[in-house]
Amino acid sequence: MIAQSMTPTLLTQLNALTGGLFLLSTFGVIAMRQVLGCLKMFILQSLFLASSALLLSYYHSSLHLLAVAAITLVVKPLLIPYLLRRTVGDKVTSRREISQVLNIPTSLLIAAGLTIFAYFIAKPLIAYSGAGGIIIGVNLPIGISALLLGAYALTVRREAVPQTIGILSMENGAFFAGISIASNLPFIAELSAAFDALIIALVMGILIRKIHERVGSTSVGEMKTLREV
Amino acid sequence: MELIFILIIPIIAAALSLVPAGKKFAPGITVAGAVAVFILALRTAFRVVAGTELTAVKDWISADGLGALIILLVSFVGLTAAIFSWGYIEKMVGTGSLGRLRRYYCRYNLFVFSMLSIPILSQVSLVWVAVELTTLLSVLLVSFKNTAEALEAAWKYVILTCMGAAFALIGILILYWGMHIAGGGLFTWKDLVKVAPAIPPSLLKTAFIFILIGFGTKIGLVPLHTWLPDAHSQAPSPICALLSGVETTTVLYVILRLLPILEASTTINTGNWFIVSGLVSVGAAAFLLIQVKDYKRLFAFSTVEHMGIIMVAAGLGGFAGHLGAVYQILTHSLTKSLAFFAAGSVLLLVGSRNIAKVRGLIRISPLAGGALLLGGLAIAGAPPFAVFLSEFSILKAGIAGGHYLAITLLTIFIVIAFCALMFHINRMVFGNPAPELVKPTPALPLPMIISLVLAVIPVVLLGFYMPTTLNKLLLQAAASLGR
Repeated sequence: MIAQSMTPTLLTQLNALTGGLFLLSTFGVIAMRQVLGCLKMFILQSLFLASSALLLSYYHSSLHLLAVAAITLVVKPLLIPYLLRRTVGDKVTSRREISQVLNIPTSLLIAAGLTIFAYFIAKPLIAYSGAGGIIIGVNLPIGISALLLGAYALTVRREAVPQTIGILSMENGAFFAGISIASNLPFIAELSAAFDALIIALVMGILIRKIHERVGSTSVGEMKTLREV
Repeated sequence: MELIFILIIPIIAAALSLVPAGKKFAPGITVAGAVAVFILALRTAFRVVAGTELTAVKDWISADGLGALIILLVSFVGLTAAIFSWGYIEKMVGTGSLGRLRRYYCRYNLFVFSMLSIPILSQVSLVWVAVELTTLLSVLLVSFKNTAEALEAAWKYVILTCMGAAFALIGILILYWGMHIAGGGLFTWKDLVKVAPAIPPSLLKTAFIFILIGFGTKIGLVPLHTWLPDAHSQAPSPICALLSGVETTTVLYVILRLLPILEASTTINTGNWFIVSGLVSVGAAAFLLIQVKDYKRLFAFSTVEHMGIIMVAAGLGGFAGHLGAVYQILTHSLTKSLAFFAAGSVLLLVGSRNIAKVRGLIRISPLAGGALLLGGLAIAGAPPFAVFLSEFSILKAGIAGGHYLAITLLTIFIVIAFCALMFHINRMVFGNPAPELVKPTPALPLPMIISLVLAVIPVVLLGFYMPTTLNKLLLQAAASLGR
C-alpha cells in the first residue's frame, strides 16, 4: 500500500536522504573529540531514526510505525540523554578530550571500510525484498553499517560515556534496519526494546558514576588489573 | 497457570525485599519465593512430561520439554544460591548496612526473574529483551563489592554483552523478515520451525551468524569470552553460581532453539558451525585453565569449556547428539553451581582468591575442602559424577555419527582441562597448610552448609541414578531440538 498523496519517488528520495543523514551522524559519533559532541551526534542520529520511522509509517500507511516513531522520539533523543547526564553528572559529560586508541582520521577511514563491508553483507539479502526493495535496499545496509560503526566506536574509545553511546548507537542501527525489514513486529516488542534502551542508559550511567567515585576517572580503557598473566 | 506464577513470584519477592523490616526479612522472603518457584517448576516439569506442552497464554507464555528443563535448573540454582546468599552476603556486608543487603536481594530476585522469563516466553522478540535484561539486571550484582576490580569486571561485562545483544537483535529482525517472506505467522519458536523450510537460506544464514556472534558473546564462546572470567570471578560467589551455572545456560538455550530452524535448510552446514565454534572454545579454555592463578577464574574458564562441549554436542546432530547436549546442560548447571558455592566458602574462610595462597584446605576446614574437592572432581568430569556420564554420552554419540576428528580433538581437550583443573584443586586441598592459615578459622554459617549439601545431592545422585521423570524430560528436550 503506497500512500496516494505523495509520489513514491519523492518518498523514496526522502527516505534516501534520511538514510544518508543517519549514516552521517553515525560517522559523527566516531569523529567527535568531546564527550558532549558525541552525545549530540547520538541525539541527531536518534532524531533521524524517528523521522525514518515516520516516513515508513506514511509509506506503509501504518499506525503501528507511527507509534514507533513517537516512542523513539520520546525515549532516544530526550529521555536517554537526560538520564545519562542525570546519573553520570556534568563533571564527566563535559570532559573535553577523549583519548582514543587510533586517531580520528584513521578511524574515519576504517569506518568507511566498515560501511562498504555492511553493503557487502546486505547485498545478497536485498534480493529477497520484493516490492519493498527500494526502501530496504537503502535502510538495511545503512542499519548494518551503523551497527558495525557503533561496535568500532566502542572498541577504540577509552572513555566510559562514549562507549555507552557506542552501544546505544548500535541499537539505533539495528532498529533503523529493523523498521524497514520487520515493519509489523508486535508492538509490545518495540515498546519493551525502547524500555530496554532506557535501562541500558540507567544502569551504565550508575556504573559510570560508581567508577568515577571509586577510581577517580572514567577512562575505562585504562582499567587493566584483570587479565591473564 | 504455574508459568505465570513462576514469573510473578520473583517480582513480588523483589518488591518485598526492599521493605525495611529487620535483617532476616529480605533473605527470608527471597528464600521463600525461591522455594515456591522451585515447587512450581517441578510441577511444570511433571506436567510437561505427562502431556506434551504447557501453555498459559497461547503463543506468548508456554513451556515444552526443553523450556521446562531450563526452568527447573534456573529455579533449583536460584534456590540454592538464595540460601547460600543468606550466610554469605551477611558476612560480606556486615550487619551495619541493611540498605545494601536489601538492594542485593531485590536485584537478586529481579535477576532470577529475567532468567526464568527466557524459557517461558515464546515470542522470539521478547526473548531477546529478556536476554538483554539478564545482563542489565545482573551488572550491579557483579559490581556489588564496589572495588575497582569488581567495577572493571562489571563494565567489561555490560559493554561486551550489550554489544553482542545489538548484533543478536539485527539477527532476530532478519529472522522475522525471513518469516514474513515465507508466509508469516506469529513470531514464536513453534511457528518459526514450521515455516523454516520456506525462509530463503541466505537470510537464515545471515540471521544465524549475527545471533551466534551476539549471543555467543554472552555464553563466552572464544574469542568473545574475555569478559567472562572477570565477571564470573569478581561477582559475589552466589551470583557467580547463577551467572556460570544458569545464566549462560539460558542464553545457550536460545542458540539451541535455532537448531531445528536451521536444519530445515539443506544449504547451511549447521552442524559444522556449531562444532567448530564449540571446539575452539573447548580448546582455548583447556589451555587457559593451565595458567590460572585465581580459583574462581578456574571455574569461570571451566564454564567456557563446558559451553563449548555443549555446542559441539548440539552440532553432532541426530537424537543422540541432542540428548548429549541437554544432558550436559543439566549436569553442568548443577555441578558448576556447587563448584562456585565451594569456592565461595573457601574465599570466606581464607580471604584470598589466589590459588598459591591456599594449601592444605582439608585440614583447615574439612567441610570447605571436601566440597571443593568434590566440586572440582565433578566439574572436571571424573567418574562416577554426572558430568562424566554426560560427556561420555556425547563422545559416544559423536563416534556413532562418524565425527572422528571432532571427537578426537574434544577428548584431548577434555583430558587437558581435567588435568589442569585437578592440578590446581589438588594443590589447594592437600599438602601442609600455610602457617598463617593455621589459626582458628571461623565456622561456615549454617545457611551456607545447607546450600552446599543441597547442591551436592543431585551432583552425586545423578552419577548413579536417573529418575524416570527427569529422563523423560531430557528425552523430550532432545526431541524438541530436532526437526
